[in-house]
Amino acid sequence: MTQATMAQRGARTDATPDYLDDVVKKFVIAATFWGVIGFLAGDYIAWQLAFPVLNLDLEWTSFGRLRPVHTSAVIFAFGGNILFATSIFVVQRTCRATFFGGSTSGNILFWGFQLFIVMAALSYVLGFVSGKEYAEPEWWLDLYLTVLWVIYLVSFMGTLYKRSEPHIYVANWFYLAFIVTIAMLHLGNNLAIPVIFLGGDSFMKSYGLYAGVQDAMTQWWYGHNAVGFFLTAGFLAIMYYFVPKRANRPVYSYRLSIVHFWALIFLYIWAGPHHLHYTALPDWAQTLGATFSVMLWMPSWGGMINGLMTLSGAWDKLRTDPVMRFLVSSVAFYGMSTFEGPLMSIRPVNSLSHYTDWTIGHVHSGALGWVAFVSFGALYYLVPVLWRRKSLYSMRLVSMHFWIATVGIVVYITAMWISGIMQGLMWRAYDSMGFLQYSFIETVEAMHPYYVIRAIGGLLFLAGSLIMVYNFWRTIRGDVRNEVPYESAATAGARG
Amino acid sequence: MMNFHKKIETNVVLLLLGILATIIVGGLVEIVPLFTISSTIEKVEGVRPHSPLELAGRNIYLREGCYNCHSQMIRPFRDEVERYGHYSLAAESMYDHPFQWGSKRTGPDLARVGGKYSNDWHVRHMNNPRDVVPESIMPGYKHLNRPLKFADAGAHLKTLSLVGVPYTADMITNALADLKAQATPDADVTGISARYPKARLGDADGKPEVTEMDALVAYLQVLGTMVDFTSFDPVRAQALR
Repeated sequence: MTQATMAQRGARTDATPDYLDDVVKKFVIAATFWGVIGFLAGDYIAWQLAFPVLNLDLEWTSFGRLRPVHTSAVIFAFGGNILFATSIFVVQRTCRATFFGGSTSGNILFWGFQLFIVMAALSYVLGFVSGKEYAEPEWWLDLYLTVLWVIYLVSFMGTLYKRSEPHIYVANWFYLAFIVTIAMLHLGNNLAIPVIFLGGDSFMKSYGLYAGVQDAMTQWWYGHNAVGFFLTAGFLAIMYYFVPKRANRPVYSYRLSIVHFWALIFLYIWAGPHHLHYTALPDWAQTLGATFSVMLWMPSWGGMINGLMTLSGAWDKLRTDPVMRFLVSSVAFYGMSTFEGPLMSIRPVNSLSHYTDWTIGHVHSGALGWVAFVSFGALYYLVPVLWRRKSLYSMRLVSMHFWIATVGIVVYITAMWISGIMQGLMWRAYDSMGFLQYSFIETVEAMHPYYVIRAIGGLLFLAGSLIMVYNFWRTIRGDVRNEVPYESAATAGARG
Repeated sequence: MMNFHKKIETNVVLLLLGILATIIVGGLVEIVPLFTISSTIEKVEGVRPHSPLELAGRNIYLREGCYNCHSQMIRPFRDEVERYGHYSLAAESMYDHPFQWGSKRTGPDLARVGGKYSNDWHVRHMNNPRDVVPESIMPGYKHLNRPLKFADAGAHLKTLSLVGVPYTADMITNALADLKAQATPDADVTGISARYPKARLGDADGKPEVTEMDALVAYLQVLGTMVDFTSFDPVRAQALR
């Protein structure tokens, strides 16, 4: 059986009544909510870098404590809720089976995960962190998340196990790889001994098992694969379901999806050391990291090609369907940032880009352009389907969201390219007498205009997400805006 | 290939095992040897565990998220070595749980900030960075002027000794006394000076009690000062690796 016919079967069973969709609805609302919070936190700290008075000189509002709130809110709260929502939606439909554990496990996952997010954010603001980027929660929160994750893995695999379809659809390979790998990384990177076990006063403090160079390697094995599996494999699963569904076309190549799946998950794990070029990490590890990062370009573009070429014969939908525009642009951004990544992992390039805003720009072209855009596409698809509305409230507003967000991203990443490369060059500039040309603080001063421009880009992106919130609210209420349609009412209805 | 893959994609357990086998390789190859190859960390003189006060300061450094803007890893480039000092050695962070090499320099690298500024400069800088560096975009940290909670200093050392930091029984027993002695002017410092050579002694902020500021400054002042680079020979260290 081909992927195409499997996707078709999935389509036929959309109306089956006993799918667990209530929990998916909750995850959709939570994802939208946390998305806005995460973008808001990000833009606030962006303004802090331009105008330090915004730190307010309070311990709870300083950049150092709010930045983990931003990163966790967008990656784990927004991204995580999207992954829960789509994986539970997709696995049921592509397996023609209800969610294993039913609403019990669904609701434990939902409320359990929201509690995790709130506890994590509160603990960062109050200063209880492990001190490792993207792995800030302290030991007791890590344990709690582990329990939730096991429930997630069991429910997901249970659903796969009781499927009525003979084959497991490609999107589910990616979801499974994401769930399993995150479990491994989370456990491997967060092993720690709490001080309270040895007579300490605080429940909130632990010391990790690794130190120095080993800790650095473990951390970036974790950190880079949070990107590789949370923000890539999981979201490629979204691409593999929602792009073919929305385009009403089969996945371009089944063979390519097999090759790029296994190549991607094998190669990604090795790429971590490119975060540690020219550090005290041994050269052999750096070289391995760079080599695999460059190789990773191939499966990444394999995925991009498989996504984009699915549009073959349906390219007109880019003009007539703004939701498709989000999905396709996300894949294009994915292609761009997975080209930029290998480039930055080459040591001479990294010597310039590392420690600068270029990295921040790179992350955001992936996070905003790829992760958020493919999520918006999936959300715009899901809301009318889940709430059984004929269509979204307004396609024109989807288009407006798309353009405002796209301009925001371009402004953001351009500002960061310029500031990053500029600062990197200023750090290494020598004057004619052979002295360093700039003091460090001069390079900070030079960043100011770009920090302002970046914050404006972020503001545009945030504004776009608020348009989406309004559109969802009206859609769920059952309103349809009186506007000039992009296409005939018949096709729009069939799709909505 | 299609037939072989058909087996995998029709069997949940096979798919799971296939994924596990595929994702585990990279980490095993890159991480495990770092624990087993003895040359990973140079053999150098001088690196010691942090004193209890420095450790408390380090925990404040983590709590405030300083690593979000400051690295502690000088790369072996001419400009970095001239700006910050000798490039960082693996040995210098061998007792750091967790490592704080950082990933971004919104502010300067701090790997060798120890001894570069006076205690008084640091205190003023923390209270309001723009008092000493007008163009700075760093937040102010006035709240560090509160008393430090340190009653369980010994438990922290004990926990760290469990994960491999060579704190001796003597160090653990004296943790509390050492912490106070390091931050108190005219205290008897023979014990702490013997246990923690090069620890910066004295009261940084002049307040009668031991404050969070005292702890953070003690930590900043020891950063990068443990190894004596006037006698450090990279070739010899390499050979000893």
